Amino acid sequence: MQADPNLYDHWPYRDRPKIVWPGGKKLAFWIAPNIEYYEFDPPKNPQRPGWPKPSPDVVGYSQRDWGNRVGHWRLMELLDKYGMRGSISLSVGLLDHHPEIIEACVARDWEFFSHGIYNTRFSYGMDEAQERAVIEDSIRSVEAATGQRIRGYLAPALTHTEKTFDLLAENDFWYTCDLFQDDQPQPVKTKTGKLISMPYSLEVNDVITYGALSMSPWRYADVLKRHFDQLLEEGDKSGTVMCIPLHAYLVSQPHRIRPFEDALRHIAGHDEVWITTAREIAQHYRDNYFDQTVADIAARGLATPGTGFDHAAA
Amino acid sequence: MPLPDEHLTYPHRSYGMDQDRYAWRPATERAPIAWPNGAALATMIVVPIEHHPLNPPGKPFKHPGAMVTPYPDLRHYTTRDYGNRVGVYRILDALKAAGMKATFPINADQLERLKPLVEAILADGHEIAAYGLSTTHIHWGGLDRETEAAWVAEARARFDAAGLQPRAWLSPARQQSFATLDLIRAAGFEICLDWEQDEVPAAMDTEAGEIIGLPLSNELDDRALTIDRRQTEDEWASQVLEAADYLAGGAGRFGGRVLGFTLTPYVTGQPFRVSALRRLLAGLGAMGVWSATASELA
Repeated sequence: MQADPNLYDHWPYRDRPKIVWPGGKKLAFWIAPNIEYYEFDPPKNPQRPGWPKPSPDVVGYSQRDWGNRVGHWRLMELLDKYGMRGSISLSVGLLDHHPEIIEACVARDWEFFSHGIYNTRFSYGMDEAQERAVIEDSIRSVEAATGQRIRGYLAPALTHTEKTFDLLAENDFWYTCDLFQDDQPQPVKTKTGKLISMPYSLEVNDVITYGALSMSPWRYADVLKRHFDQLLEEGDKSGTVMCIPLHAYLVSQPHRIRPFEDALRHIAGHDEVWITTAREIAQHYRDNYFDQTVADIAARGLATPGTGFDHAAA
Repeated sequence: MPLPDEHLTYPHRSYGMDQDRYAWRPATERAPIAWPNGAALATMIVVPIEHHPLNPPGKPFKHPGAMVTPYPDLRHYTTRDYGNRVGVYRILDALKAAGMKATFPINADQLERLKPLVEAILADGHEIAAYGLSTTHIHWGGLDRETEAAWVAEARARFDAAGLQPRAWLSPARQQSFATLDLIRAAGFEICLDWEQDEVPAAMDTEAGEIIGLPLSNELDDRALTIDRRQTEDEWASQVLEAADYLAGGAGRFGGRVLGFTLTPYVTGQPFRVSALRRLLAGLGAMGVWSATASELA
C-alpha cells in the first residue's frame, strides 16, 4: 500500500499558464447525469456489500428504478430546454436493460462514458485481468449499442485498484473523472497513453449535497450558483472547468427539479461559458494544453519520478 | 464485583485545577490586555495545512479528514489534496484582499512537497507554525515518551532543513499526551494552539519553562460546522462575526481578547464557500480587529 498515489504532481493553482476555451470562453461547463443500474441481488464483494442494507433493499432499489423510468426523462427534457447535452456516466449493463434511455440519449448526441458494468459491482480485489475485462466490456458494449467509442471513465461506485489508471491509458481513454484534486484538468502519470484528470465533483454532486450533506433543494441551487460564479471569475486568469454530477433518482424528484432549474438558468445566462461535454473538453485540452502543463510542472521543479502507485525512477 | 476503591477516592479534590499546567483564574479576575492601536479584539486566523495519506494506520484514532473507504480511497485523498493545491490559494487571495494575517500550521513531512505553498505563505507575510510530523503521527496518552520525543525532534529537524524556525505548534488532530507540552517546549516551541481554556493568551508550565497557549475555537471550526454539522458557509461566517462583535463589545469590561478560528483549505477553499469567506474577512476588517499571527499575539 502506498501513502501517495503519485498519479499527478503537485501543481499550485497560482500563476499557471493560461487556458482559453474555444470561442474565448472562461469556464467549460458540463453535466454528468449518472445513469446507473443497481442490481436487485448483487454478489457480495468481500470488502463491501452491494447495498448498505441486506438484499433486497427494496426502497433503495425502487428509488433508483424510479430514476430510470421517471426521473431520467424529466431531467433530459430540462437539459433540452437549456440546450445542454449530457455526458452520461453509464452503468454499462443498462444498455441491455433499458435501451429506450440509450436511444433517447443517442438521438440528442449525448456523450457516454463508462461507470462500470453495474454500480453494485466494485473494483476492490479485482486482479489486472478482471479490471481489464470490465474496461474492454465497456468499450465494446457502448460501441455496439451507440457507435461511440467511449473516452472517459468513472470507476463503479468510485472503487479503484492501483492498476485502474494504467489500464485506462493503455486503452486510449482520454480522461478519468475519479480524481478530485483540481478545478482544471491535469495529465495523469500513467505508464503509457495520454490520460487527463477531468474535474468532475463531489462537492456539488447531488449524492453528496442531498444525501451526505442533507441540503434542501434551494440550498443546493444556491451552492451551484456560488460555485459557478467563483469559477467563472477565476476563469478570466486561466480557464476553469465546472461539472454538475447528477442522479435522476435524486435531482429529478418533484420537490427538487424546479429549484435545480434556477441554477441551470443562472449558468446558461452567462456568455463566457462553454457549455459542452467532457469528451470535447478533454480533446481540446489534450490538443492544446497537455504539453504546456507538463512543461510548466517541470519548469517549476515539481515533476517527480515514476507513475501511478510506482514511485521508482522512470 | 464492585469497582476498585480508586473510583471513590478523590486525590485532587481541592481548590483550583486538578493538573499543574496552569492555575485557576476566573475571567472576572484577569488583568485587562490592551491590543495595539486600541483594537477591541484580536483575531487569530489559523489555516491548517495537512496531508492525508492513502494508508493511515488510524491509531489511536483516525485524524479528522482521514480516508474512509477501502484502499485506495482516491476519492478522499484527492478531495483533501485539493485544499493544498487549489483551495489554499483562494484563502491566500482573500486574506490579501482583506489585509489580514494568518498562521499556517503545516505538517513537517509536507514542507518539501508543498515548498511553493510555503513560499507563497511567507511572501504574503503570514506565519508558519509546526503541525506535528504528519497526520499519522498523533500524540496521545498511550505513546511512550521516547517515541514522542523522537517525533517532536524529527518535526523540528524537518523545519530546520527547510530553513524555518516556527515558534508555534499545533498537534495533529489537536491531540496531546501528558508529556506533549514538555516535549514541544524543550524543542523550542514557545506557543501552543491546542488548548483553548481562556479567551486571552494563557501561560502554561512545562518542564522546560513557560509555553503560551493561544485560544483556537473548536466550536467555530469551519470543517466541523459545515461538514459534520451541515451548516451553510453563511451560517458559519455569521457565527464567527457574531463572536467577534460580542467579544469586541466587552472590551471595556474585560480588555482585549482573542478570537481564534480555522480556515480549512479543502473546506473553506471550495469555490462556493469563498464569497462567505470574503464577507467574513470584510466584516472583521470593518470592525477594526487586530489581525495578528500567533507570534504577534504571544
